[in-house]
Amino acid sequence: MAYSKKTREHFKGTLQGIKDDGLFKEERFICSPQAADIVVEYPAGAERKKVINMCANNYLGLSSHPDVVEAAHEGLRQRGYGMSSVRFICGTQDIHRDLENKLTKFLETEDTILFPSCMDANGGVFEAVFDDQDVLIADRLIHASIIDGMRLCSALNESFKHSNMKHLEKKLQTYQDARFRCIVTDGVFSMDGDTAKLDEICELAEKYDAMVFLDDSHSSGFLGKKGKGTHELKGVLGKIDIITTTLGKALGGASGGCVSGRTEIVEMCRQRARPYLFSNAMPPVVVAAANKVLDVIMASTERRDKLEANTKFWRAGLEEAGFDLVDGETPIVPIMLYNAKLSQDMSRDLYERGIYAVGFFFPVVPQGKARIRTQISAGHEMHHLEKALEAFIEVGKKYDILGKGKKEIIEMYGM
Amino acid sequence: MNEIEQTILDYVIEEYLEEEDEEEIGVDSPLISSGIVDSFSMVSLKTFLERKFKISIPDDKATPEDFDTVTSIAVRVREIMG
Repeated sequence: MAYSKKTREHFKGTLQGIKDDGLFKEERFICSPQAADIVVEYPAGAERKKVINMCANNYLGLSSHPDVVEAAHEGLRQRGYGMSSVRFICGTQDIHRDLENKLTKFLETEDTILFPSCMDANGGVFEAVFDDQDVLIADRLIHASIIDGMRLCSALNESFKHSNMKHLEKKLQTYQDARFRCIVTDGVFSMDGDTAKLDEICELAEKYDAMVFLDDSHSSGFLGKKGKGTHELKGVLGKIDIITTTLGKALGGASGGCVSGRTEIVEMCRQRARPYLFSNAMPPVVVAAANKVLDVIMASTERRDKLEANTKFWRAGLEEAGFDLVDGETPIVPIMLYNAKLSQDMSRDLYERGIYAVGFFFPVVPQGKARIRTQISAGHEMHHLEKALEAFIEVGKKYDILGKGKKEIIEMYGM
Repeated sequence: MNEIEQTILDYVIEEYLEEEDEEEIGVDSPLISSGIVDSFSMVSLKTFLERKFKISIPDDKATPEDFDTVTSIAVRVREIMG
């Protein structure tokens, strides 16, 4: 047996270290479909409790929508359960191609290729397209999966200060001798909920002959008047060369992702992207449901309009109550608390009041920038938001943070 | 302060601190263990050093420990310059 006592003790020690640092993550068991109202068992073994979910990526409330669930059933009946193959051997059904075509139409790009997840799309696209003659210049707050993808690629991994266009321009000037330059950014940054300056990024890309890569996972389906994403919101439809996004958030919330963009880039992924070549095709049941999601959101903007109205109500309510928020206009609304323990204590008190909202702290966010991140959904009704607001205000009063800014909160609780 | 330390310090301030940042850093301030520079953005620093001092820094000489302060970075740079 190679898993010796010494080996076991090593890992036990590492795990204890994670616990001692207060960074040990525990799962909470949800015993109902994903929705605004969920039933949770937390901690493990505790009595189940009905709570309002304020931290799901279920932006459009489609995760358990009856039409989507029915489409999944139909997909299962018509096309079976699994593909038992990667896409290029015998894993591509007509519905895979339908979904790719619908995503191309919705995102207003040239072509699309599905991946098992957006993490896989980000993990595969750079290596398939770029090499050591190229430079990738990324915003420093991009998602971890993009960083991983960049690291798998031999292109130079450069970075610029978050949303700092002057710094980006300087980097573009520095690397004019590279074969290709590619600016890499998220559309909406998941921890702060702020939006990339995509219009300015596209201008710089034009000026310095650079490509633009956009991960729009936290915006596809609802940002912009038709919900196409950050590129619609910022008026640069058709100007983004590579878009990656997920079907695991607003677009049904199950799993799957894609690379959508220039025809040749997508084809390079079909030929060379390793997560596409060496991982099973998305299961028919998920593809069938995702096709329905695209039908629903292309037929009407009702759900993204409701999400926008809910977000305005929620932000205005928290602001009026005196919480310290990160400015923005997206359904990601972080309440700044700065102190890690305060974020955990408030999260626990909210749970006692029937509100499920999680505290985030280092290393998920920078040191001294702990927060509770709330996420709004079109699945929330006004009574959900009013009850949640009431609970947040009660807890805010308990910890005496209402009307207080960064300096005062840090003075009271430390960083 | 030596010229190499000053060059590196100026770069770190320009490259990693925001205008609104109140913190002041010196040659012995921790950069990586404090979170000012992370493993991803450290690539910019390594590339700058290689271009500026016309050297090639092997990955095993560019660990987070080697790069944690301006002083320790300067030690590495001098060692490689010979």
